[in-house]
Amino acid sequence: MAEAVELKAIGTRPVRPDGVDKVTGRANFGADMALPGMVHAKILRSPHAHARIKTVDVSKALQLDGVHAAISGKDLPQEGANDLSVNILARDKALYHGHAVAAVAARTPDIAERALELIHVEYEPLSPVLSIDDAIADGATLVNENMYTNGDRSLAPSNVAAKQSFERGDVEKGFAEADVIVENAYRVPTAHQGYIEPHACVATINEGGRATVWCSTQGQFDVRSMTAGVLNKKVSDIKVIPSEIGGGFGGKTTIYLEPIAVKLSEISGRPVKMVMNREEVFRATGPTSATLCRIRVGAKNDGTITAATAWLAYEAGAFAGAPVGPGCMSVLAPYNLENFRIEGLDVLVNKPKVAAYRAPGAPQSMHAMECTVDEVARKIGMDPIDLRLKNAADEGTVAPYGPRFPAIGLVECLKAAKKHPNYVNKPDDGVGRGVAVGFWFNIGMQSSAEVRIAENGGVTIMEGNPDIGGSRASMCLMAAETLGVPYETINAHVGDTEATGFCNVTGGSRTTFATGLAVVQACEDIIAQCKERAALTWDLDVEQVDWQDGRAVPKPGVNADVQPLSLADIARSAGRTGGPLLGRASLNAQGPGASFSVNWTDVVLDRDTGKVDVLAFTAVQDAGRAIHPAYVEGQMQGGAVQGLGWALNEEYIYDQQGVMENAGFLDYRVPVASDMPMIECQIVEVPNPSHPYGVRGVGETPIVAPLAATSNAVRDLLGFRINDLPLSPPRVLEAIEENA
Amino acid sequence: MSTYAYVAPTSIDEVLSVLANAAGNGERTQLLAGGTDVIVQMRSFDNEPRLLVDVKHLAETNEVNIGDEEIFIGAAIPSGVLNESDELKSLLPGLLESADLIGSTQIQGRASIGGNLCNSSPAGDTIPALIANSAVCVIATRSGNREVPVEDFLTGVGTNCMSAEEFLVGMKIRRPPPRTGDAYLRFIPRTEMDIAVAGAGVSVTFDGDGVCTRARVSIGAVAPTALLVPEAAQALVGTKVDDGDLRAAEAACSEAASPITDKRGTVEYRRHVVGVLCRRAGAIAKERALS
Amino acid sequence: MMSKIHVSTTVNGQPEEALCEAQQSLLDLLRDELGLTGTKEGCGTGDCGACTVLLDGRLVCSCLVLGAEAQGKEVTTIEGIADADGLHVVQQKFLEHAALQCGICTPGFIVAAKALLDKNPDPDETTIRYWLAGNLCRCTGYDKIVRAVQDAAQELAHSS
Repeated sequence: MAEAVELKAIGTRPVRPDGVDKVTGRANFGADMALPGMVHAKILRSPHAHARIKTVDVSKALQLDGVHAAISGKDLPQEGANDLSVNILARDKALYHGHAVAAVAARTPDIAERALELIHVEYEPLSPVLSIDDAIADGATLVNENMYTNGDRSLAPSNVAAKQSFERGDVEKGFAEADVIVENAYRVPTAHQGYIEPHACVATINEGGRATVWCSTQGQFDVRSMTAGVLNKKVSDIKVIPSEIGGGFGGKTTIYLEPIAVKLSEISGRPVKMVMNREEVFRATGPTSATLCRIRVGAKNDGTITAATAWLAYEAGAFAGAPVGPGCMSVLAPYNLENFRIEGLDVLVNKPKVAAYRAPGAPQSMHAMECTVDEVARKIGMDPIDLRLKNAADEGTVAPYGPRFPAIGLVECLKAAKKHPNYVNKPDDGVGRGVAVGFWFNIGMQSSAEVRIAENGGVTIMEGNPDIGGSRASMCLMAAETLGVPYETINAHVGDTEATGFCNVTGGSRTTFATGLAVVQACEDIIAQCKERAALTWDLDVEQVDWQDGRAVPKPGVNADVQPLSLADIARSAGRTGGPLLGRASLNAQGPGASFSVNWTDVVLDRDTGKVDVLAFTAVQDAGRAIHPAYVEGQMQGGAVQGLGWALNEEYIYDQQGVMENAGFLDYRVPVASDMPMIECQIVEVPNPSHPYGVRGVGETPIVAPLAATSNAVRDLLGFRINDLPLSPPRVLEAIEENA
Repeated sequence: MSTYAYVAPTSIDEVLSVLANAAGNGERTQLLAGGTDVIVQMRSFDNEPRLLVDVKHLAETNEVNIGDEEIFIGAAIPSGVLNESDELKSLLPGLLESADLIGSTQIQGRASIGGNLCNSSPAGDTIPALIANSAVCVIATRSGNREVPVEDFLTGVGTNCMSAEEFLVGMKIRRPPPRTGDAYLRFIPRTEMDIAVAGAGVSVTFDGDGVCTRARVSIGAVAPTALLVPEAAQALVGTKVDDGDLRAAEAACSEAASPITDKRGTVEYRRHVVGVLCRRAGAIAKERALS
Repeated sequence: MMSKIHVSTTVNGQPEEALCEAQQSLLDLLRDELGLTGTKEGCGTGDCGACTVLLDGRLVCSCLVLGAEAQGKEVTTIEGIADADGLHVVQQKFLEHAALQCGICTPGFIVAAKALLDKNPDPDETTIRYWLAGNLCRCTGYDKIVRAVQDAAQELAHSS
């Protein structure tokens, strides 16, 4: 196991293998692909948030010079059309403003745009359902007339697609034992992942029905299966080549364009390129759920939490599938509780279908819980970290969602925070401080990797997870550590669906853990082969050969007068010992290991304008083991700033007809460099027992705690709490005036 | 027109004849300086093909002239260029700051005060600063230049008094007399990159005893056009522009504002904040005047 | 049919000729006509800075410049930042500090950061943050980018 070995490569901070291409403009992203004869496609989108589509007539668009093909929803396979297909091109109803209704391929993007204006669509507008309150009210308009809660057709149709709950102990008894009870309802608005690269793809299909798709995605294998599903094609007839990816944060785990591009290519006989503009990205992709969360927490005066309940309602957009499950799993996860009840609702509204966004569902529910716990700490006069330490989940605690936690790092993070100089130093007058805990359970799933040794001993890793934030470097570091060869001799390659073995999506914070595990095992396969080759060369039994520091050596006590054989030595003579060295592994990784965090922030407030400024932010997080600490810090810092943006200014603003009013980076206000301080990081390492180097996923957790940390800091300054996000200047000023 | 076209004339006469010809043919024209508003509009809500008339290639629209009585600023000079003039910065710090607030460093490389004025947005940052400084628009016409005070130039949201056959050459600003200071402040939710939720420009002149003899106050983003607020100015003239005086001006600005609620702020919020900005800008202008 | 405009311009020191439509952006001219895809489009409205280039030495969003306006001008793109001696120190520091994660904003940041250091060799943190406020990065939280620029400034100061 890792602890017994002194690590040489892991924990260092080398330059990533794809770095030079990314600082020189050489790296090719989604929109950088071009093919000879390529045409350009654009999408016509619904101007209504909710409308019956009576007819779609593309005939005039087809007559425009330069137009090659035009389609609407009826041109996609109808039988078995799933939500994904209906989201990609609307059928009988437009379900949100911006829902795709038709598409045109033309010689230039401009011609395609003009052709869209010639498509005639007859709509019958319906009243839109725009909030959780409206959606769950008696007699609410139905987004989907065939939606029954949990599929139970004995009930009336409903906008509540699903309900789920977890319960343990005796909640009423727990509250009866409490000295203080705090109950509050919190709203968190819709937020977008805000990746800087819009969705883009190029697709071509030949007369034999074989399609090739180049696209920016977090998972080329998922694009393959989803595209095949929508087009009713065989998975093996589609090849997906992932480009470099310009950010995803979960938003590029699904598809919007690829089946349309393939279909238009089939009709036109040309490769078809599609690139969304920023407005389309906001109106029709992503976002994550707006939520309404009610939390009730009871505690004794010594800080012991005796009971908690959570009622969590998530907007799903126009199709079922809000991240209500993970929201429920996360909400109470940091606490060792005897009595609790969690109820979650997946609620349909006439807004874009939500997609995964970094720790999907957890920031919203944990914002509610961590704000409530902060109030409990204030009521009983206890330090917020001490209160959490008093109730912290630890190894052996049964998580609210079922399993018993193996080694986890929450207590270690809380203790590290408590003695961190940024926490020990109390804030100045006029500065507010807020603390919160974050959590993500992380996922494992399937991965494959190959390790190929060149004739000079150079190492190529072939795997299938698009590198969204330095994962190639992590793969190379784990391979360097395992093989005992220099990092610089290793390259990592992200293969297309035919070049590499199957990998699940880059997401859920699984890549460094699960694909990393596959890379380590593929390297172990190489070592085993090297030992065999050395044994053959030396005329020893393979059991008599060891692998040390990147070289085959006879085991201690083996009587052989031979020189050690390096990986390069063995590679050079591989032709005489059995052929090229090729290691491989495939697995379904178990035990991803949860990652906990503690964040705190110091803020100031302009009481005349309601503007909150972030002075300082510190993140402490358990990484299990940081393979490349700079990229671990990068995850912590990037997640922190996304969380701060969501806490302070980011939100979808809708008019009464359900039209998003701020569909651009001008008014969907993600943080800019001058808004933010340095984000201080402390990495805690409580190794994950399920990984040879102790890795835990680190990418999701960082976005979770900043929401409540910011709320709690503003609460600290104001002396009262603003329950809803964002803490935008008008909201804060209004609250100040109301409480004056 | 069925397609866009682009011309880059090099003299005032040439611009005027291009505009006149187009008007004669019933063709729509679009004046182009830095393009940071025009090109965005072409991409979003107004993609009707038209003749783009680039007015950056004229000596006059690129001229800066700092005279004893008057300062002339050509309409097409990017604010990034203007802000490299230390002399202008010391004479009109508020106006230059208002230009410097618009967008990023990249936007500063293109966006001009003249463009900001011609775009005539209620939220244009340089407009209250220009009004506070009594700036006058110099408009080229077939019958020679005509001059219009900035507050009269604007006629509504996105509209101004220029006909399709005229264009803005530049702005004339009275050279600030001794003991004069100006300032412009706006409120945005972030630190950069937003459109003003509210803005206020103030210019004040003091006598040797520290009494304010002249004041101009203008507010932005709280009405269809930027407004001159004489009541706020009156609250300052004859005073030492102390906190109480500034609070009177603050109240006058809040009173004069007639904002709307939109994605950037509510009526109540804008009305309140525009007063706060006037008060704060007034204090800065005073400090500049007396230092 | 559209009548195209003939544009003669200089890109990264090389004279270039291209035909473009009147409304076509410099960004599209660079990417689609000249094949220089290092400059990225993130928004098309001047709000993200991914398309940052230098136009006659001044930083601009190439999405908000018409291709026709490049006539007779000098354009510098990300492809023109490194030279025969290798990477520019800003590029090197972005690599060393892990100042990029996905990399889509990186070309814009590097062009902008180099322009800052050319103008102001010793910027403080606030100056760096405000200069780069027009370049959105959604991955890094800006921390490592700011540190990379600070380190590049130090290295340039020592080497000059």
